[in-house]
Amino acid sequence: MKVVLQNLTKIFPSRNKKSGEEVVAVNDFTFEIPDGKLIGLLGPSGCGKSTTLYMISGLQKPTAGRLFFGDDDVTELPTEARGVGLVFQNYALYPHMTVKQNILFPLQNLKGADKMTKAEMMERAYQAAKLVQIDNLMERKPSELSGGQQQRVAIARALVKMPRVLLLDEPLSNLDARLRLQTREEIRRIQRETGITTIFVTHDQEEAMSISDMIVVMKLGVLQQIGAPQEVYDDPHNLFVAKFLGTPPINVFEGSVQSGKLIIGDETVLDVPGVADQDVYIGIRPEGFVPEENGALSCQLNSVEVMGRDSSVVSTHSASLNPLVRAIIDSDIKIDLASETVRFSLKPHKVFIFNKETEERIYFEVK
Amino acid sequence: MVDSKHQWKAWLYLSPAIVLLLIFTVWPIFNTIRMSLLEGYTTMREVAGASFNFGIGNFTRVLEYPKFLTCLKNTVLLCVLTVPISTFLALLIAVALNSIKPLQRLLQTVFFMPYVTNSIAIGMVFAAMFNMILGGSARPDSVGIVNNVLEFFGIPYVNWMNAGSEYWANIVVMVVYIVWNALPFKILILLGGLQSVNKQYYEAARVDSTPRWRVFTKITIPLLSPMLAYVIITGFIGGFKEYSSIVGVFGDSMGPVGNDDALNTMVGFIYRAIGNQEGTASAAALILFGIIFVVTMINLYVSKKKTHY
Repeated sequence: MKVVLQNLTKIFPSRNKKSGEEVVAVNDFTFEIPDGKLIGLLGPSGCGKSTTLYMISGLQKPTAGRLFFGDDDVTELPTEARGVGLVFQNYALYPHMTVKQNILFPLQNLKGADKMTKAEMMERAYQAAKLVQIDNLMERKPSELSGGQQQRVAIARALVKMPRVLLLDEPLSNLDARLRLQTREEIRRIQRETGITTIFVTHDQEEAMSISDMIVVMKLGVLQQIGAPQEVYDDPHNLFVAKFLGTPPINVFEGSVQSGKLIIGDETVLDVPGVADQDVYIGIRPEGFVPEENGALSCQLNSVEVMGRDSSVVSTHSASLNPLVRAIIDSDIKIDLASETVRFSLKPHKVFIFNKETEERIYFEVK
Repeated sequence: MVDSKHQWKAWLYLSPAIVLLLIFTVWPIFNTIRMSLLEGYTTMREVAGASFNFGIGNFTRVLEYPKFLTCLKNTVLLCVLTVPISTFLALLIAVALNSIKPLQRLLQTVFFMPYVTNSIAIGMVFAAMFNMILGGSARPDSVGIVNNVLEFFGIPYVNWMNAGSEYWANIVVMVVYIVWNALPFKILILLGGLQSVNKQYYEAARVDSTPRWRVFTKITIPLLSPMLAYVIITGFIGGFKEYSSIVGVFGDSMGPVGNDDALNTMVGFIYRAIGNQEGTASAAALILFGIIFVVTMINLYVSKKKTHY
């Protein structure tokens, strides 16, 4: 089921009618989520990603705009009639019911032609439980389960009625680091196996990039960029997106373009043909640095952190906006720790230039 | 643990509370048990220097006393009628209050009014509502607002509580009064419970297209069950101690004119006996304690099976 958002807007009225201002949580979203894909809504807290999810679920009504599931306009349809599955951030499992009762609950609500016999319900419930590998916990109460198990129960409960769209609100935020890695693979697997269009919300870019078919980056209620994770990483449309994606984060410098040359500090680091003279921000991915004896950019060397496969060169630069400049290089390349400066050449396709006022990307030809 | 060198300090600081508890709680309990076991005990006779046989004579006398059995029957009947009715009504009102937005604060206050109003005063108002004042003519001067309402629906007047009124009519008056009086506390507790239920359970139920009735029976009631258990248990305990409500409506005679004590309760019986037969009163008090204890145990046992988490 493809999901289409058309000029979707959500405005929360202010509490204080006299002085307060309204909050535009989601501002004029238009995008299409293709059928059967796993989509990550990504952004820092307060960017409107959860609001978007709740509007798709119907628990919140959009102020303006339309929402379609396939070709059906569901904007006015109440939650009850949308047939979505929703996994809440803290799961919202009914505490007084066993796992089995929790999973059966949505099925017992079915009416009319969808009504099932007890045996059918039981079969479906066990199917869903097997999918998330909790079929051995069916008689337990939620309080007797670990966070990860509760999360699986919540997914099973959302999946059991075969929803048209599966929505997950920060599904991994309550899990520890190890379980998080494991569970995100699980979500990926379950989504592949069921083929249900799945939308999840996260503030963790790594999480979103690792499992999504497509990510939607948001900031303060405004859509920033949509695309496949690698695409967005390699081609950020603005400084925010560039800074938000990637660990370690992108290194940002202040600099300028003068007659087709990119200048950081007093060094000319790159040819940028076709860019008008102006002050700019320069983003350089950590993997965009190549240590070379006569490299264009010189930084004050701090330390080298060895991580096995590659090492991280930590240095400082007066024009850098980040306190430290971090470069990831092949661990075969040796850096002389005694020297005070380290010189880098830059990989042009890892260097992004942004307008200083609008922070929008300025494109240049990569030779 | 407190250092033994400083233990006297701990006792010193605790002493005001301990002394008060000893005088007003421990000693009365002990004294009640003592008096109940001295056959035919009264303070007057003790002061006069009489001696009493030790035994359970007070208890057997109380249990053989027809008036006590009437009191027991009245108490149990009122309890069994009022606790379920008031709990059910309080649940409905609490759920309704919780689901409306406008005027919620005002209505909460209104529903809480009876709780802070003196029960004797409420009793007098209720008495006026049910009272029939017979003048000299064939038609009564006033029949009370309740009979006026009945008249509107074409139902003949009922003598609710005047001379010659029937027992069931008296009980109806008391049930209405006690239920009304018990509502605010129960509503308060249940509303508090409802408001502390995580809204996400209801959102989850909506996403799963759960019909309203099923949300109520499968989610609201189970999640409210600890509060319901509390309200029912305290309701029974309070119900067995019913007294002032009857005084409020019927006055000190504890029954309609010409039928004194028809509606007397166990606590009423104890108060009557305190005046001149402390031994009997103590025995009755301990019997009442025993009944409340057993009923509460049963309540707790049932609620442990029925309430969740």
